[in-house]
Amino acid sequence: MAAFGRYRWHISSLPASVPAIFIGIVLWAASPHGVGAAEPETLYKRCATCHEIGEGAKHKVGPHLDELFGRKAGGLDDFRYSESMRAAGEAGLVWTADTLDQYLERPRDFIKGNRMSFRGMADPADRQALISWLETATQQAPAADPTVEEVSTSGPVSGFADIVLQMDGDPEYGEYLAGECVTCHQASGHADGIPSIVGLPKDYFVTSLFEYLNNVRSNDVMKLRVANLSNEEIAALAAYFSSLEPQ
Amino acid sequence: MTGLTRRQFGLFAGASAAALSLPTYLRAQGKPRVVVIGGGAGGATAARYIAKDSDGAIDVTLIDDSEMFTTCFFSNLYVGGYRSFESITHSYDTLQSSYGITKVTGRASSVDRAAKTVTMADGSSIPYDRLVVSPGIDLIWDSVAGYSEELSEIAPHAWKAGPQTQLLKAKLDAIENGQQILMVAPPNPYRCPPGPYERASMMAHVLKEKGLTDAKVIILDPKPKFSKQGVFQEGWEKYYPGMIEWYGPDVHGGIEGIDVNAGTVETGLDTFKGAMMNVIPAQKAGEIAASAGLTDDSGFCPIDAASMRSTVDEAIFVIGDACIAGDMPKSGFSANSQAKVASMNIRGDLVGSKVFPAKYANTCWSLIETGDAIKVGAQYAPGDGKIASTQSFISQMNEEDALRKANYEESVGWYAGITADMFG
Repeated sequence: MAAFGRYRWHISSLPASVPAIFIGIVLWAASPHGVGAAEPETLYKRCATCHEIGEGAKHKVGPHLDELFGRKAGGLDDFRYSESMRAAGEAGLVWTADTLDQYLERPRDFIKGNRMSFRGMADPADRQALISWLETATQQAPAADPTVEEVSTSGPVSGFADIVLQMDGDPEYGEYLAGECVTCHQASGHADGIPSIVGLPKDYFVTSLFEYLNNVRSNDVMKLRVANLSNEEIAALAAYFSSLEPQ
Repeated sequence: MTGLTRRQFGLFAGASAAALSLPTYLRAQGKPRVVVIGGGAGGATAARYIAKDSDGAIDVTLIDDSEMFTTCFFSNLYVGGYRSFESITHSYDTLQSSYGITKVTGRASSVDRAAKTVTMADGSSIPYDRLVVSPGIDLIWDSVAGYSEELSEIAPHAWKAGPQTQLLKAKLDAIENGQQILMVAPPNPYRCPPGPYERASMMAHVLKEKGLTDAKVIILDPKPKFSKQGVFQEGWEKYYPGMIEWYGPDVHGGIEGIDVNAGTVETGLDTFKGAMMNVIPAQKAGEIAASAGLTDDSGFCPIDAASMRSTVDEAIFVIGDACIAGDMPKSGFSANSQAKVASMNIRGDLVGSKVFPAKYANTCWSLIETGDAIKVGAQYAPGDGKIASTQSFISQMNEEDALRKANYEESVGWYAGITADMFG
């Protein structure tokens, strides 16, 4: 039980969640998606950049969300989670309407060190609308092998990535180099069709870039950008982007 | 000296000694001043990066004659009905409120390089320590015999986004089945190399959606080949069979002139007639660049590939479509990329911040039909006395549908990204 204390979801689960659910029920009765809440399909677009859903869903930047409810946090063996997400699951965190509500309010506060690059959804009505919609939308079965588009970190990729991860990147140089990234990946951390890279942990950032170099990831634009980066530059970019907070 | 007391003299002398150790611009006034002419992909980005990265240590003034900026990139998607005009039009409000940039709405009419001032059309003048010239292109009206600025109200060029784009769309929307649209494509070098061919695709898309499959877009090109030609022509064959015809000079024999009122284009071998014309003339750097003496015989501005600094005047940087950027195409993406190199060098000049080696990038996406976009991209670095391409890619024929659809989604993400990068 001692390990539970490290996570806010446990400490605050009662006082925070009861009123939220209560409000959610009242609002639910008033309109299909709650008073003032946006359409859940529109809200989900912010998730869809990184998460697939529906029959045959695969992993993208984030894990697929099929059969999400009742899933242990960090519980899919074939997705590369952050250490802290795995640890939260090991400590007993299971995804339910209640825990998702708390997580989505401010993901970075709820599980410190997790790598989901999303600032959070402040409006309780929006969260309720989204979560209720997800509860139905995530019922289908995922793809038999959801890892096709994702990656194993074995072999040469992890070897080269490790070398870079041991370098001290210069964040000032990274900030200049980042000018090239933020033409597409928004510096605010907002995502409209291109994934957010703001606040990505260094290991994930560096490994991903090496996956482009090794054709594990296939986007031509990214392959071209990465092919022109030295190890020092990758380290600098990782240092810079990992230091940012999504807005 | 006689009017000064010893004490006043002492203060004065002390101030002068301190001033001598400062660079010239700090002696003259408080903060160093950067003036940016042109509020597009180059100018807006440069203004924002200089203001943002200098944390208020540099005074930035952005001059553009419009209150709002309509992007040329994605204006073809407005023509095709994929975007509203409002969605490609942006305000300068955030640059002013969040970045402390002074926006001057008006036309810069000349630059006094000796005095380091920009003279505005209303006679006022704005001093600078460093000047960014990013005026985009101007059209060479008489490069197509029979065309003029006045006649562009009948036969729009729509090569500067705004009312011209809306006029083009209105005319396109009035086309009836069986009618022809004539597009006169521009000679190199020009803004947005794939632009005319994406536009033809968007025109055909609008006609096809309305069932007007007997209407046609005829492109009369002074060039023997064009950007992403193979993939464009493959797409036209697939989606718009018989609706888009492209003729290079070996087929039409050279474009000799147009008669806008008659709706005809005279070429060496034939006369073409259309219900609507889209005439895109040859281009040169925006007028202010020439009047400031920054252009060479090509009509564009030579720059130092390592910094974007004008080779004519070291206090001036020329970026975007107006400069000679070596292997880089004239595109919003290029201008945005060049702006970052220029901004870094300007901060280096004015506040001594670190200057890293120049790197440039460009990607251009073009939409052929719903869910089918193609792309071309390259990396660039200074080399051989110019900005040289170091590596590139281009969409291939027979690619999977999913990839083309992902290209489109990526282009939408890029639009949101670059406009946030320009306007805050």
